[in-house]
Amino acid sequence: MEQYEPDRLNPVQRAAVRRSLRNGRASLTRRSLLRASAGGALTVGGLGALSACGIPAAGKTEGGTSAEDHSAKEKTVHFSNWTEYMDVDDSGKHHPTLDAFTERTGISVKYTEDINDNNEFFGKIKPQLAAGQDTGRDLMVLTDWLAARLIRLGWVQKLDPSNLPHAYANLSSQFRTPDWDPGRAYSYPWQGIATVIAFNRKALDGIEVRSVSDLLDNPKLKGRVGFLTEMRDSMGMTLLDMGKDPGRFTDDDYDAAVARLQKGVDKGQIRRFTGNDYTSDLTKGDLAACLAWAGDVVQLKADSPDVDFIIPDSGYMTSSDNLVIPSKARHKTNAERLIDYYYEPQAAAELAAYINYVCPVDGVKDELAKIDEDAASNPLILPDKAMQAKSHAFRSLSQKEETTYEEKFAKLTGA
Amino acid sequence: MSTLTEAPPPPSPTVTDKKAPRRRGRFTPYWLLLPGMLWLIVFFALPMIYQASTSVQTGSLEEGYRVTWHFATYWHALADYWPQFLRSVAYAASATVLCLLLGYPLAYLIAFRAGRWRNLIMILVIAPFFTSFLIRTLAWKTILADGGPVVGALNTLHVLDVTSWLGWTAGDRVLATPLAVVCGLTYNFLPFMILPLYTSLERIDGRLHEAAGDLYAKPWTTFRKVTFPLSMPGVVSGTLLTFIPAAGDYVNAELLGSTDTRMIGNVIQTQFLRILDYPTAAALSFILMAAILLMVTVYIRRSGTEDLV
Repeated sequence: MEQYEPDRLNPVQRAAVRRSLRNGRASLTRRSLLRASAGGALTVGGLGALSACGIPAAGKTEGGTSAEDHSAKEKTVHFSNWTEYMDVDDSGKHHPTLDAFTERTGISVKYTEDINDNNEFFGKIKPQLAAGQDTGRDLMVLTDWLAARLIRLGWVQKLDPSNLPHAYANLSSQFRTPDWDPGRAYSYPWQGIATVIAFNRKALDGIEVRSVSDLLDNPKLKGRVGFLTEMRDSMGMTLLDMGKDPGRFTDDDYDAAVARLQKGVDKGQIRRFTGNDYTSDLTKGDLAACLAWAGDVVQLKADSPDVDFIIPDSGYMTSSDNLVIPSKARHKTNAERLIDYYYEPQAAAELAAYINYVCPVDGVKDELAKIDEDAASNPLILPDKAMQAKSHAFRSLSQKEETTYEEKFAKLTGA
Repeated sequence: MSTLTEAPPPPSPTVTDKKAPRRRGRFTPYWLLLPGMLWLIVFFALPMIYQASTSVQTGSLEEGYRVTWHFATYWHALADYWPQFLRSVAYAASATVLCLLLGYPLAYLIAFRAGRWRNLIMILVIAPFFTSFLIRTLAWKTILADGGPVVGALNTLHVLDVTSWLGWTAGDRVLATPLAVVCGLTYNFLPFMILPLYTSLERIDGRLHEAAGDLYAKPWTTFRKVTFPLSMPGVVSGTLLTFIPAAGDYVNAELLGSTDTRMIGNVIQTQFLRILDYPTAAALSFILMAAILLMVTVYIRRSGTEDLV
């Protein structure tokens, strides 16, 4: 039977829907049914059994726990990545850059697209990592704050610089010193993600949008504005708009920004907080303007000419997705060689030309121009000096701050 | 399961061989119960105990969680999120009533009037299940799109003015409002209402209708006095199958709703995955479970159909 499509979704939107919505709905309803049908069994459990449970403290091993490295014997590496985050050939089955890596090094890559959502993925790998076990993965791609959390918990391994000559030399300065991993001892960026303001020209119908303030204050946009459920992006852009530095704000600044957004929620200005699914709302015109990830917008523009984006004068947020090697990984050296491979300009250019995110590798311009002239001159893929100056990163948070801030933000989004 | 335990031991094949079959007979029911019990213990009882334990723990991810019998979590959870609880119940109840109103006539039609179209209509009821729940819910985003024909027609007829005044919609749109969420819930759970209704209607003996007619009952009286009471088991199981999952659903509120339509399922998801406050998430789940159990018990008592369900 042919899959029914509610809309003609393009690949970006499909990926977006998959990425942000596959949250295990079935388990919830099944659970609630079970609950209702046999809730009485609860009392049988006996309270005594309860105190036997408990979740042990996260194993804190500075620099992660290494396992015996089987790299030399087993020529393989297990790589977990997000969906649609790798170049694909026309047949849709092969990844040219990965194939080239295997050809050159003899290391076969077991590539799995099993990351849909940072929070969800953390829930998935937490039990093994907390128990000090191998997750079966040698390399995974995590967004800044989650990578920072794993480093803090001691669940990822320190990288060996001698295996990373290209990565060390070619890492773009913009990404060199995040405050959660200064000097990149544990992680290397896979791609950078710029958060900008996207809009649908037809839906705006001449209304000018230049800043987050316009989104929040222009009464003509009431109910047609979207923000992101990713706390750091929404709050970061709001802080920037209020003249604060997201890399150095205080609790009071944060509260002020929450209050500012709360006003937008209360008067119905903000329609929804979205994950990647803003893409379909934006192309349909249900959202006239919203916070968006530039990589998505670059791809969306190709299909929907009405969609475009602007970068506010106050600046924009940049985050990155980072390659890390989890504790107890069996093929650490192989994983490091794969990281290093993607810092060679040619591989980086091929990847950037295909997925259109911010390329964290220096010296790619010439290689990229050979593949795609437009991409090489696009400041969102290879940021120029002016773009880099406007880029801001959210400061890293302590565990306690993270909980409080996420809680405040969750209240703002309705729960 | 009770029927299993009460099953009489198999009759002994011969009179001479008495002992062996009797012993086998004594333990057979327990062996038959074993797979089911194991299943229940591993996938229901143990997770329940684990969850109950989580709900009275305190701590953080880095320090670990310990059981401190911190029952205040329940109180805080309820104090913070009672609006979402009430909203979940209200939305689920509205969706259930709508499902009943839409589903009953259709089930009646299939059972008594459809004739040779019966199978086709049944397939049409079940067909949406061939696609994923997500895709079906996303389809509503297209149907109810701001610039779409449905919203256009409703605006022309000034229906949305009325619903806005009632607080069901906001301005001239339907998406991202309570109405959209209830519509989504109704649509997604409608088959769960129709199927049990159909099963119980279909079992009614047609001659009972004739008998009612013979006793001078008008069609409406026949329905009221004969058909509807006999279909009560279907009504009760249908409403339960709709209400219970709808109250815990969070996909519809996530996709079709806005900040002021978040249901308790959304809160639990946020607490568990985003804020990493496992105790609060577990406590909320238990409160939801208790609330649903309580409501369902009262409902079954009041509808007087304990022996029918």
